[in-house]
Amino acid sequence: MKNAVGRDIPEYLFAGGREVYQGKNYMDGRYMQKVAPRTRRYEKPQESKIVATLADALRQCGAKSGMTFSFHHHLRNGDYVVNMVMKAAIDELGLDNLTIAATSLGEAHDPVAEYIEQGKIVGIQTSGIRGRIGEVVSAGKLKTPAIIRSHGGRPRAIEMGEVHIDIAFIAAPTSDCVGNCRGIGGKSNCGSMGYAMMDAKCADHVVVVTDCLVDFPNMPASIEAIDVDAVVKVESIGNPKKIASAAARISQNPRDLMMAENVARIIASTPYFKEGFSFQTGVGGPSLAANLFLEKVMDERGIKMGWSIGGICGPMVELLKKGKVGKIIDVQDFDLDAVNSINQTPNHFEMSASQYANPANKGAMVNKLDFVVLAALEIDTGFNVNVLTGSDGVLRGAPGGHPDAAAGSKCCIIVTPLVRGRMATVCEHVVTVTTPGDCVDVLVTDYGIAVNPQRPDLIECLDAAGIPHVPIEALQKKAYSLVGTPDDLEWEDQVVAVLEARDGTILDVVRKIKPLKL
Amino acid sequence: MIPRPTPERFRLRRTMMFMNAQKPGLIKDAYIYGVDSIMLDLEDAVAENQKDAARFSLYHALKTIDYGDTEVIVRINGLDTPHWQEDIRVCVAGGADGIRIAKCESAQDVKIVEEHVEKAEREFGVEVGRTLLMAALESPKGIMNAYEICAASDRMFGVAISGGDFRKCMQTKPTADGIDMLFARGQMLLAARAAGVQCFDTVFTDLDDMEGFINEVRQNKAMGFDGKSLINPKQIRPVHEIFATTEKEVAQAEAWVSAFREAQARGVGVFTVNGKMVDAAFIPGAERTLRLAKACGMYEGDLV
Amino acid sequence: MTIEKSAVAGTLESSDAQITVEPAQDGIQLEISSSVMNQYGRQIKATVLDTLERLEVTSGRVTVVDKGALDCTLKARVECAVFRACGQSEKNIPWGGAVK
Repeated sequence: MKNAVGRDIPEYLFAGGREVYQGKNYMDGRYMQKVAPRTRRYEKPQESKIVATLADALRQCGAKSGMTFSFHHHLRNGDYVVNMVMKAAIDELGLDNLTIAATSLGEAHDPVAEYIEQGKIVGIQTSGIRGRIGEVVSAGKLKTPAIIRSHGGRPRAIEMGEVHIDIAFIAAPTSDCVGNCRGIGGKSNCGSMGYAMMDAKCADHVVVVTDCLVDFPNMPASIEAIDVDAVVKVESIGNPKKIASAAARISQNPRDLMMAENVARIIASTPYFKEGFSFQTGVGGPSLAANLFLEKVMDERGIKMGWSIGGICGPMVELLKKGKVGKIIDVQDFDLDAVNSINQTPNHFEMSASQYANPANKGAMVNKLDFVVLAALEIDTGFNVNVLTGSDGVLRGAPGGHPDAAAGSKCCIIVTPLVRGRMATVCEHVVTVTTPGDCVDVLVTDYGIAVNPQRPDLIECLDAAGIPHVPIEALQKKAYSLVGTPDDLEWEDQVVAVLEARDGTILDVVRKIKPLKL
Repeated sequence: MIPRPTPERFRLRRTMMFMNAQKPGLIKDAYIYGVDSIMLDLEDAVAENQKDAARFSLYHALKTIDYGDTEVIVRINGLDTPHWQEDIRVCVAGGADGIRIAKCESAQDVKIVEEHVEKAEREFGVEVGRTLLMAALESPKGIMNAYEICAASDRMFGVAISGGDFRKCMQTKPTADGIDMLFARGQMLLAARAAGVQCFDTVFTDLDDMEGFINEVRQNKAMGFDGKSLINPKQIRPVHEIFATTEKEVAQAEAWVSAFREAQARGVGVFTVNGKMVDAAFIPGAERTLRLAKACGMYEGDLV
Repeated sequence: MTIEKSAVAGTLESSDAQITVEPAQDGIQLEISSSVMNQYGRQIKATVLDTLERLEVTSGRVTVVDKGALDCTLKARVECAVFRACGQSEKNIPWGGAVK
């Protein structure tokens, strides 16, 4: 059955009343039943919840085969916790048929791929999938299709019981003996712990894994002890060098800067660019560089940004410290400047993934966004964006908050070079739709700008400001004239991943790729 | 195959950006930054054992890539190397707009290159005279002979000083006020203007010192240079800003040129603007101002 | 042209391709690996074979390690490798003739 973005979704996936994507805000106004976790009572006062090993914690939480374990990715590519837990569960306790429900998985979790190949891990639910895990899932080695959700779609799915977390593992830079956790003050600091908050509230069991025990009470806590069953102290939860870079430097690449400057010009041409406007940007080269040029036009017009959300890094914190942005509300930190600022700099706050982006709650932060600037692996002539699969069809990306911020914001700007090597970024059909075209408003490339024809108001803004733009088809044709028209990928029938829209409908599926044999 | 229009000897050349002809990732779209001329380099940027590979790469780039309005010049290897003759063949065969003669020291150097260019034009069926030339002056001798070099050929559109080698010869280092090359720049400018060709300043290599770069470009403009050689796209914008015309200059140039054209149409030799007589000798300058204004987005008329 | 000795042209940088040609009997033995195999494998093969045909290379082992090179780069690298293999890459290249 074809959905609203023209993707053919196999009907066997509709079990349990699942629907295909019908367009933006389709579920608006509906009622939903939230589910509650089944948790254990700890009435008798406990001096401490510290247990000796992960295996002990697993046993205490009644870990058994077939369970779902959840993880969060604030430790990014430096994370040790996923691998440690899965090793304890599979190698020490002998469990299998396990499902990982993570906020993102990457190269740091390459060892997990082995467990997938052995059939011990049979399900993956995540907002990002890279490295070996992406490869083995793409190769059809996971028993069930992976489920890919946005950062906002994940808390929705948890609340609605579509994901039931048996044990949530919290990678905590600091914790006290009963499980009050913070992302700062330890040796593997990550700042915000926003993605983990929902897991702690909604899982049956919660295990804190930390490498830095601090005195009770560890306040203000990101994860509260009232939700925690056990605390495990390990040697190290991650490699600090890979958790947060020293400082996210604004790109010096002239191509990035050229695109970033155009992004700022476009923003400044719209009526939303006024005192107190709100803004989110990714940390990719041109997206981050947009900060620099935005600051210039803010100064020129004498206006300030009201607030900024999202994954946060140094350049945004700088703006806060200079008084050019009122508040930062932060779900994840990308560099040490941001890590060291959260809860320290006045008006730099932490928020949960649900507060950030959940489409099914009563109004997430993204819904109040004026602008979001995002990257893309591919964007097609329908403005559909792919940030999940490479143009070779292999899973190697992360929808993250992309679809959420795009859907919520008044003006979503995608910034990407027209081609990368021989890959056309602007193409006829993206391999996978991760952000539907009805949420994307403007495309900025190094070869020109295109505005979604669904936004005639923005077209007028650009025209009035003398910003040249072309139909997106012209950019796609230019791309193909540079790199040649790509052959269509060839697929097997097997679905290896289901891509959920943020509202829970099926936006697309990824099938097993048939490698080209010459 | 991209047919390139016939090169214009005197066009706007505020910025000429060097690119290694051997790097496919770089040369495929260097024009997107709005540079006036691209300088594909077969000389210093290419290792001695990759000169052959760079030529194949250059040939296909010239034949395949649509550089649009951007001028494409190739810097060939010096006449004291075994490479320059094949360099000329590939430039002409590929249809480069012009050739930059490295380490040029005399009119004779220009004439030798011209001879080989013409031979190549005949060999490859290219219109004779199409391929333009410019010379890089890199030694005291080159500066001393600047005038004869500038005047050596009808194909010559300009000269550029090459600071690296020149300073080595002079035993100087770059200075913030440009005193190290002040005389050489001045001598070259005089020669270029006397011969009626364009004149370009050397590259500024410290990419992190934008302030120093901007000061140097301001001095270039004040001295009368037509443009500057660049090594990075981020240097383009400041040059274009500094070389931009003022609105007043544009308005005056527009008035003069249109009055001149009308007078010409009526067969009148003398003409006036706002009651004042204007000398026809000012017209080429006024046209240059309009071309510059057009490139800066300040003039949208059709006089140029 | 006849491949007389082994020769290499190009690099393993992004947007480039490294082409190795070696003498061999019995026709062209072509091996291609590419970072964009699934979308461009066929076109890469066609471009390489086409270029070899224009150069009248009828025998040789040709290895292509492609890092997302455009067609014009592929051609340039194949030609350079072949001319090097014949010891003729430095001068009198038939620009616009066999090389085009």
